[in-house]
Amino acid sequence: MDLSLIIMQLLSGIALGAVLVITALGLTIVFGMLGVVNFAHGALFMIGAYAGLYLASLTGSFWWGLLLAPILIGAFGMLIEFVLIRRLYGRSIDDPLLLTFGLSYILVEAVRIVFGSDGIPFPTPPQLIGVLDLGVGFFPRYRLFVIALVAAVLVVLWLALEKTRIGLIVRAGARDPTIMQVLGVDIGRVWLAIFGLGVGLAALGGVLAGPMRSVNPEMGSLVLAEAFVVTVIGGLGSIVGAVVAGLMIGISISLVALFAPEMATIVMFALMAVVLLIRPEGLFGVRGRTV
Amino acid sequence: MTSPSSGEAVAEPASNGLGWLLEQRVLLSIAVLAVLPWLLPSQALAVNVLIYGVVVMGYNLLFGYTGLLSFGQAAFFGAGAYFTGIAIGRYGVPWFAAVPIAVLFSTCLAALIGIVSTRTRGIYFSMVTLALAQLVYYVALQASSFTGGENGLRGFTVDRINPFGLQVNFLDPVNKYYVLMAFAALAMWFQSRILNSPFGAVIEAVRENEQRARACGYDVERSKLIVFMLSGAISSLGGCMLALHLSIVPLDILHYQTSGMIVMMVLLGGARSFFGPFVGAAAFLILEDVISVWTPHWQLFVGAIFVLFVLFLPKGIWGTLLDTLRVGKARS
Repeated sequence: MDLSLIIMQLLSGIALGAVLVITALGLTIVFGMLGVVNFAHGALFMIGAYAGLYLASLTGSFWWGLLLAPILIGAFGMLIEFVLIRRLYGRSIDDPLLLTFGLSYILVEAVRIVFGSDGIPFPTPPQLIGVLDLGVGFFPRYRLFVIALVAAVLVVLWLALEKTRIGLIVRAGARDPTIMQVLGVDIGRVWLAIFGLGVGLAALGGVLAGPMRSVNPEMGSLVLAEAFVVTVIGGLGSIVGAVVAGLMIGISISLVALFAPEMATIVMFALMAVVLLIRPEGLFGVRGRTV
Repeated sequence: MTSPSSGEAVAEPASNGLGWLLEQRVLLSIAVLAVLPWLLPSQALAVNVLIYGVVVMGYNLLFGYTGLLSFGQAAFFGAGAYFTGIAIGRYGVPWFAAVPIAVLFSTCLAALIGIVSTRTRGIYFSMVTLALAQLVYYVALQASSFTGGENGLRGFTVDRINPFGLQVNFLDPVNKYYVLMAFAALAMWFQSRILNSPFGAVIEAVRENEQRARACGYDVERSKLIVFMLSGAISSLGGCMLALHLSIVPLDILHYQTSGMIVMMVLLGGARSFFGPFVGAAAFLILEDVISVWTPHWQLFVGAIFVLFVLFLPKGIWGTLLDTLRVGKARS
C-alpha cells in the first residue's frame, strides 16, 4: 500500500464525487427554490445518460450528446413542472414527492420499452481514451476531464447566482417568494426555469457518469439514494453543502474501496447517520429550516 | 383532535349506523378477509393481499396516522422475512418461536433507524429513511453467508404446523391462507388497540399540528420513535408471513422499490383509514396481475395511475368511498 496508490484513489474519489456534486446540486437548488424534493431525480439522471448516448450515436460525436442531452432533458423537466408539479403548490409538502416518485416509475419503464432492460456500454470519447502520467501515477484522461468540467460548471453557476440580475431574483425568491411577487416578479417563471435547471444538471450528471459505469434503466435508483445522502449531509438547499458533501462522499467511497471493498457502498450511509446525530440540519444547513 | 375528514370513527356518535359499523372494524375486516380467496381470481393473489395488507397497515400507522412519509418501510418488511428464515433455516428454531423472535429483532432495527431518522423533520425524514433502508439492503447484499446475498435466502421450508395438537398441512393453499389470516387478525387487533388508546390520539395530534402537540406537553420526538417502532413491528410481521408463504426471501424485498410499492398501496387504498391498506394492496396487486397479462411493462401503467391518484384522488379508493358515505349520511 504505497502513497501513489492512495493519491490515485483520492483522484478517483474526486471524479466520482464530481458527478455526485452535479447531481445533488440539481436536487438541492430545486429544493431551495421550490421546496420540492424531486424523487424522479435519479430517473432523470438515467434518462440523461440514455439521451447522451443516443444523441452521441446520432451525431457521431460525444460532445453533441454532452451539450444537447442536458438542454433537452432540462426542457422536459420544465414540461413536468408546468404540467404536473405546478398543480401541487399549496398542497401538502408530501404531494410533489409522491407525484415525482410515481413519475420515476413511468420514466424507468418508458426507457425499458425504448432501449430494453439490459445495460448498454457508453463509449468514452476518442479524445479522452487512455491515461495521463501525473508523475505519481497514471490516471484516466476521461476522469480528469469530468473533474475539470464539473469545476467549470460550478464556477459558471456561482457567477450566475452571485453576479447577475437573474441570480439576484433567484436568491431573493428562495428567501421570500411572496415579496418577490409583490415586487412584480413572475415567480412562476423563475420556478419553471429553476426546475429545468435542476433536471438539466441531473441529465448532465448522467451523461458524465455514462462512460464511467454502464448505462441501464436501474442506474438511477442508486444515484437517487446517493444524491439524497449528499444533500442531507450538506444541508438541503445549500449549494456549498452539496459540493463539500459530494466530494467527501466520493473520496470516502474510493478510499474505503481500497481497504475494504465490501464496505464501499455502506460507508456513505454510515457517514450520513453520524452527521445526522451531530447536526440534524446537515453541515451547511440552516437550523430550523428543515421542512 | 382528529380532522373531520379522517377515515376513522373514533369520535362519531354510536347512534350513527355507519359509525357503529366502523367501530367493529377489526371484526368486519376479518370477515372480508375470510371470504377474500373466493372474491379474487386466484388463491395466490389472496395470500399476497393478506401479506401486503399487513405490511401496508403497519406503514399506515406511520404515514396515515402520524403523517410521517417514510420511504424505508421495506427494511422492516424484509427484516421480518430474513429473521424468520434465518431463525428457522440456520438455527432450527420452530416456526412459532421464529415469528416473535423475528418481530422482536425487526423492532430493534426499527429502533436504530428510528433514532436517527426521527431526529429529522419533513422532507428530510423521507430522504433519510430511504437512505437508511438502502443501507440495510447493501448490508444484506454483502452479508451473503447469512442472507444468501443476491440469490436470496433459501432452505427453510415449513411444510407442516401443529397448532394445539392439530396436524395442518401448510403446503395446502387454503390451510396456508387461514393460518396466515390468523396472523393478520392479530396484527389488526393490535393496530386497532393502538389507535383507540390515548397514544393513538397523541400521534394524530402530532400529525395535525406538531407545535401544538408539543405545547400541550407531549414528547413529540419520543412519540415519533415509538410509532416508528410499532409500525416497523407490524410490517415485519407481514415479512414473517411472506417468509412462511414463499419459503424463500428474495433480496429485492429490501430494495427501495418495495418501500415505494408500500407507499403506492397505502395511497391507492386510502391513508388514514383502517381497511384502506388492504384495499390498496388488493388494487395494486390486481392491477399488476391484469396488466401484466397483456404487457410486461405494467409499471408504466401503475406509475401513471398512481400519479393520477396523487393529483385527483389523494384520499384513495377506500378513503374516498368512506367520505362519500358519510356525506350521504349527513344529508339524509
